[in-house]
Amino acid sequence: MKAAVVVFPGSNCDRDCKVAVERSTGAAVEMVWHAETALPAGLDLIVLPGGFSYGDYLRCGAMAALSPVMAEVRKAAGRGVSVVGICNGFQVLCESGLLPGALLRNAALKYVCKPVELEIVRGDTRFTRAFGARRSAIMTVGNGEGAFFADADTLARIEGEGQVVFRYADNPNGSLNDIAGLINPGGNVLGLMPHPDRAFEKELGSADGALLFQSLLEPA
Amino acid sequence: MRARVHVFLKPGVLDVQGKAVENALHGLGWNGVSDVRVGKILEFDLAGTDPAAAETEIRRMCETLLANTVIEGYRIELT
Repeated sequence: MKAAVVVFPGSNCDRDCKVAVERSTGAAVEMVWHAETALPAGLDLIVLPGGFSYGDYLRCGAMAALSPVMAEVRKAAGRGVSVVGICNGFQVLCESGLLPGALLRNAALKYVCKPVELEIVRGDTRFTRAFGARRSAIMTVGNGEGAFFADADTLARIEGEGQVVFRYADNPNGSLNDIAGLINPGGNVLGLMPHPDRAFEKELGSADGALLFQSLLEPA
Repeated sequence: MRARVHVFLKPGVLDVQGKAVENALHGLGWNGVSDVRVGKILEFDLAGTDPAAAETEIRRMCETLLANTVIEGYRIELT
């Protein structure tokens, strides 16, 4: 497997993502600066990491969504390449329109940083196959603006199309319908607020995040 | 031409920041305050003299970058 992690100015989980993908899957992982106008050839996975891209100025992920590399990520997503956006990366995917909805400030106004239990709503996606029959996972959240929001029609569509992949067992931030992670209708773009990259070895408290990356190694 | 763009969360989108400010105002005794909304104002100079053309241009800026129309509305003022 060949993967790339996009690095925006202000990304701070880019190294974590590289190490998590490498150790979970054995993939070769390249780092791609946000100003690049081309992606490495033959990518199977693009990771948009957590952090505070462009200082979270204006809105979280707003300027990152318009950076040069995102035009290439959009094209790659259109070709069916797997794209996963974690935390700030999820915000970038929503801002770029690759996923529906938006992330609002947490309901309790606090930055929340803790392990959370997730319900695996869809175990049949390319990002969740390795969870097998398991219906729950532990990963760590770390966000101040992680409350998923979409208008009523969009939310009904997301639910109706089965786009919800992960839900919080105990909602930490006020996300509508307890949504923690979403997939696009094509099934190749996943965004989630919890960090698989902070839960990929048991020394980190949970190794469940590794299964997300390992799912991509399994045949469709 | 000077432009001023107001960006606010849409009605119906919970503004937790506004809620916190409202609670603080109530705590200070201003109990008549309700429905506080916290937004942003962006000001900038824009080349050109045609207000209609400027408004069209700024609307495009809002739709592209300045506002996220999933959650935010905007209002443009030109002076």
